[in-house]
Amino acid sequence: MTKIELTVDGAAVSDDVEPRMLLVQYLREKLGKTGTVIGCDTSNCGACTVHLDGTSVKSCNVLAVQANGRTVTTIEGLADTAEGDLHPVQEAFRECHGLQCGFCTPGMIMQAVDLLGENPHPTEEEVRLGMEGNLCRCTGYHNIVQSVLHAAGQTEGATA
Amino acid sequence: MIPVKFDYLAPTSVEEALSALGEHGDDAKILAGGQSLLPVLRMRLNAPEVVIDLGGIASLRGIRDDGDAIVIGAMTTHHDVRDHALVKEHALLISKAAAEVADSQIRHRGTFGGALAHADPAGDLGAPALALGAQFVIAGPGGTRTVEASDFFVDLFETAIGEDEILTEVRVPKHTGWGAHYEKFVRVAHQWPIVAVAATVKGSIDEARVGLTNMGSTPLRATATEQALAGASATEDGVRAAAELAAEGTNPPSDLNGAADYRQHLARVLTGRAVLKAAGA
Repeated sequence: MTKIELTVDGAAVSDDVEPRMLLVQYLREKLGKTGTVIGCDTSNCGACTVHLDGTSVKSCNVLAVQANGRTVTTIEGLADTAEGDLHPVQEAFRECHGLQCGFCTPGMIMQAVDLLGENPHPTEEEVRLGMEGNLCRCTGYHNIVQSVLHAAGQTEGATA
Repeated sequence: MIPVKFDYLAPTSVEEALSALGEHGDDAKILAGGQSLLPVLRMRLNAPEVVIDLGGIASLRGIRDDGDAIVIGAMTTHHDVRDHALVKEHALLISKAAAEVADSQIRHRGTFGGALAHADPAGDLGAPALALGAQFVIAGPGGTRTVEASDFFVDLFETAIGEDEILTEVRVPKHTGWGAHYEKFVRVAHQWPIVAVAATVKGSIDEARVGLTNMGSTPLRATATEQALAGASATEDGVRAAAELAAEGTNPPSDLNGAADYRQHLARVLTGRAVLKAAGA
């Protein structure tokens, strides 16, 4: 076992973990943060995307021990306002109906937040490229892209 | 799936890492960004007893100016390589290729040195490193040595790095002002290229360097094309004639994504596109 200390969604946590434990397992199984989901388990789909020290990573492709001393933000800690409020990107996904089955949504939103942090006013093509590591099994990309553009203040709600 | 159990070591200096490697030898694997290694461990294609994580060694990260070259620390992420001013100014081809590695999340974790040491023939960084004549600085128990790119890539997933050695940095000779383009042909957006071409040119066109990805067991230089491009005009006709030579001497794989002769066709077409874009034509 290896001791790790890190900050998750604003709270300091410390645990003894097996080195082979993946960050996504740690978040879900030890901390109960099941908002972060495991989609493909092969680092393809991006459903497990969280922020590690402020940038997006696939948490199925990071060991929990690699997060030692660092800060993790999950979909559950994204909105930093009072309970019930949503982050603007979450709000945009709701407004534009940027989901069908919803399984990819936590990862889509975390990647969209990263993308908009780096490029606050992306073109549609830049959104599609920036989200290329996130797969939607319903193929609902149209409204996902619209949601990200809406969050950036560039469109008015759903178009389909 | 989760990996087989292993012991985890997190050295904070290259010396400590080398000594851990010396102690555990064959039973140990080096973990850089983990974007290739962790999938391998999860699928249990490999089950090392010890994993040595280089993530805590600050000296392996960063990019610096060193006279006639820029030096990229092995643990610098693709994201940081892509955006660094020195890389854009003196080795634009590296920046362009780093931008095409996998996807945003992977680029935040994956490292320049890790990807090169992994030596996947479909990896995006080998061809530009080879084209620019990069030099690989490798630390071992007896000190450091420098290996030319032409000697670094040995075979599929095999490099000149010895079992008791670690790649610490890569020196890229300055190609200041050279135009560059990395033309990647994929079936699925964030996947490995079926074929890709790394091209960089001086003027239009005084000199050219062309590297090929996934056209053999190692990255390759399209030397016949390079020779034909020297002094050629950066026009559709001038470049296409040189690009026709791009597949000479290649031995690409045949797999579900394409047969060898299809890959050779791709190499010729993509070389034309890459060179024209590099030359701004």
